[in-house]
Amino acid sequence: MAARQAHNRGVMPTVALFVPCYVDQLYPQVAVATLRLLERHGCRVVFPPEQTCCGQPMANAGQAADAAPLARAFLDTFAGYDHVVAPSGSCVAMVRHQYPGLAPDHPALQQVRASTYELCEYLHDVLGVRRVEGRFAAKVGLHRSCHGQRELRLASGSERQVPPFDKVKTLLSTLEGITLVEPSRTDECCGFGGTFAATEEAVSCLMGKDRLDDHARAGAEVITGVDMSCLMHLDGLARRERRPVRILHVAEVLLGEAA
Amino acid sequence: MAARDEILAALRRNAPAGPPHPALDGVAAAFPDLLAQFAQAVAAVGGTCLRVPDLAAADAALRALPIHAGARRVVSLVAGVGGATVDAAAVQDPHALADLDLSVLRADLAVAENGACWIEGPSLPHHALAVIPEHVAVVVDAAAVVPDLHAAYAALDLPGRPRWGLFLSGPSKTADIEQSLVIGAHGARSATVLLIG
Amino acid sequence: MSAPSDAAVAAGAGAPPPVHHPGGRQAGPYPGHPAAAARFTADVARAHWHDESLWFVRVKRDRAAAQLPAWERLRELAEQIKAHALANLAGYLEEFERNATARGATVHWARDAADHNRIVHELLSARGVTRVVKSKSMLTEECGLNPYLEARGVEVVDTDLGERIVQFRGEPPSHIVLPAIHIKKEEIGALFHEKLGTAAGASDPKYLTEAARGHLREKFLAAQAGITGVNFAVADTGAVVVCTNEGNADMGTALPPLHIACMGLEKLVPRAEDLGVFLRLLARSATGQPVTTYSTHFLGPKPGGELHLVLVDNGRSALLARDPFRRALSCIRCGACMNTCPVFRRSGGYSYGTTVPGPIGSVLGPAQGPGAHATLPFASTLCGSCADVCPVRIDLHHQLLAWRRELVAGGHAPAGKTLALRVTAWIFASPWRFAAAGRLARAALRLLPRGLVARLSGAWGRQRELPAPPAESFRDLYRRTHGRP
Repeated sequence: MAARQAHNRGVMPTVALFVPCYVDQLYPQVAVATLRLLERHGCRVVFPPEQTCCGQPMANAGQAADAAPLARAFLDTFAGYDHVVAPSGSCVAMVRHQYPGLAPDHPALQQVRASTYELCEYLHDVLGVRRVEGRFAAKVGLHRSCHGQRELRLASGSERQVPPFDKVKTLLSTLEGITLVEPSRTDECCGFGGTFAATEEAVSCLMGKDRLDDHARAGAEVITGVDMSCLMHLDGLARRERRPVRILHVAEVLLGEAA
Repeated sequence: MAARDEILAALRRNAPAGPPHPALDGVAAAFPDLLAQFAQAVAAVGGTCLRVPDLAAADAALRALPIHAGARRVVSLVAGVGGATVDAAAVQDPHALADLDLSVLRADLAVAENGACWIEGPSLPHHALAVIPEHVAVVVDAAAVVPDLHAAYAALDLPGRPRWGLFLSGPSKTADIEQSLVIGAHGARSATVLLIG
Repeated sequence: MSAPSDAAVAAGAGAPPPVHHPGGRQAGPYPGHPAAAARFTADVARAHWHDESLWFVRVKRDRAAAQLPAWERLRELAEQIKAHALANLAGYLEEFERNATARGATVHWARDAADHNRIVHELLSARGVTRVVKSKSMLTEECGLNPYLEARGVEVVDTDLGERIVQFRGEPPSHIVLPAIHIKKEEIGALFHEKLGTAAGASDPKYLTEAARGHLREKFLAAQAGITGVNFAVADTGAVVVCTNEGNADMGTALPPLHIACMGLEKLVPRAEDLGVFLRLLARSATGQPVTTYSTHFLGPKPGGELHLVLVDNGRSALLARDPFRRALSCIRCGACMNTCPVFRRSGGYSYGTTVPGPIGSVLGPAQGPGAHATLPFASTLCGSCADVCPVRIDLHHQLLAWRRELVAGGHAPAGKTLALRVTAWIFASPWRFAAAGRLARAALRLLPRGLVARLSGAWGRQRELPAPPAESFRDLYRRTHGRP
């Protein structure tokens, strides 16, 4: 097995890439972009092949007993790495906030929780990135996915009265050529919500279309965000209606326009 | 009594651990100009604040307003202001105040942050006076304006107060039809605050 | 006195058969949130209108909150005061009873809705009262007081404008602060034309409000008793505080000799000074106002009058035992969670089938009976906006998640969905099974005709495309390019 930690101080950390199950199967380009972005910022990145799913679909449906074995397997897989990084806010929120209830006695629980990060959070907070090299010449709307927003606090949010900050926007704004456009409702939910997307299809789809409309009014040519699940829902709606908008994960945008 | 004892027993049985009562610190409002802030707050809640030097000036200011020009039945609880035509002390049944045009009330205290005036009274008709007339005017001393509700409650000493008291902030209003703000739902259609000094 | 059964009360004994109004409550049994929401969203223009109306209130709330530098500190204090009060509720209720009684009020204790309704009716009937005006009280809605009294020959007039509108329509409030938010002004115009004789076709809110003012002024003057809810009861003072913008609680209590105030046990705060915290938060959270127009403190009966305080348990003491759901007892009924909820805004209050709808209602509803309300904790994306606007910092979306666990454990979740996720979990439990299943699914997505895939994907595919499946998963690509580590 490859080393899970950097051996010397001063050496860049070893990052275990945590690829959400549906990203692995449906959006490999997002995982590739995440990998390349981390390597570009000096990380040594490995992909532990034993990983499958963090258990979030089951946990959020209330099926704790079905989620718990997946949580324990995840902790086994990712124990001991310097850092674990995922291109997903909601999967990281799952590890950080729900694992204590699902695998309370696992020896690696606290270590893995403390070292697992969402990609932009990792770049911004751990690597201290304030400028991303790259060019992305388009009008881009940022969809602030809820779990990144309110569970990980990637941004201050529209509800709370705290000093404003927005880690993802900070990173995006430094790309050459990018124009960030803001929808009128800056952090409203897209309506994906896991199984909600199917069980509450009517409300889910109306919410998604409303987000697409809001971004369209703002002039977005591209909508990006930290969670591919929300983006899959928005992309599915947009493609069905043949809307002229591209949906890309933030890792793809931060990597800059492909040559 | 059975219900009372059962409920209290269940509450004691089921009581969770809880924190101590917190110290209410770090919340005080501060304004560079308390009276300007108060006047602005009164305006923001749909009222009018007139700053006058004394009661005589308050009386003159009130009489100059359209709400006074058309007022036939007027109660005043502030001597010398408003020209009372109805003696509130003689009214036993508040229903007799149904067609009141204007009442002039005294506020012991006012709150700069939200434009609220504390009006209180020990007796029956007075509560109706705050809500039943077409228009209401409130006389308050500038010295009685406090920054926020915390200061207001500290000054009020509620346990020592009489039967009712209310913070009145602007005229009666509703937005229950399509969120359209309409002034004058059930209570006074206008609220004028006469700030003395 | 013979009380009818609860079932008769719940069915609204003596009430006329329901008429269906546009956007109103549907006749028939409650179909669960997804079906009720689908009906509401079927009229997309109306759903958008409802959404915009409530978002407007949310924006006003944001502006009002932003004016207070201490906003987040106030929320912390409100949370702590409520947690403290709930942990010591029995003692504070006794203190409240002592102080209120010393001031001349009479305190009554009601175990449940039936107790509450009986107590109120006995107070009225003993005094020969047949005409009552009532200001807003979600508690009396919860207890079904209106149909109970109406069945016994007491006229109850809801005096809040929005409540009067829904009362005319034979509906409950669709929102706890904005009872008629689901009704358009043209519909109110037609309703008032029928009920109050306003001009046909008139829909100007100012004109309609003026007509209601005249109508309700007559009711206020004729009433023999006023019933109010309670926003806050204060232990150290024996005071109850009632907040309105219209002045209807003041009109309803200042005129008749009898005032009955009905409150849930959880309305208690320990000290008068606590009111400063809650009154700064309440109206700002509810409507974006700095404070309600009338914040009235009742400190005892009027001379020659009576003040009766009815303290109602109705499941609250039992909820106090339940972690984490007891935190829902901190709710001050501002409605901010409804205004911010993207689901509530698009599905309407009636889609919840409860007295209190929205996020807080989806926590309180299952506590009253999990089976009937099993869809509510799932009627949320868990976006968490509700928790961030809540002035008493109830972790609403985490409570909804906790309810999901309880409902699944209790067998109240749909068996098909539970089984599907169980099978998925079994696949995920092995990297090999996961990779194989993924390969199979991607192949199927690529090879099957698009129309068939859309049909097979069920609720997903009716309005959404599935992702275009890649030939290779990331794990396969990684193994190919990096080799097995």
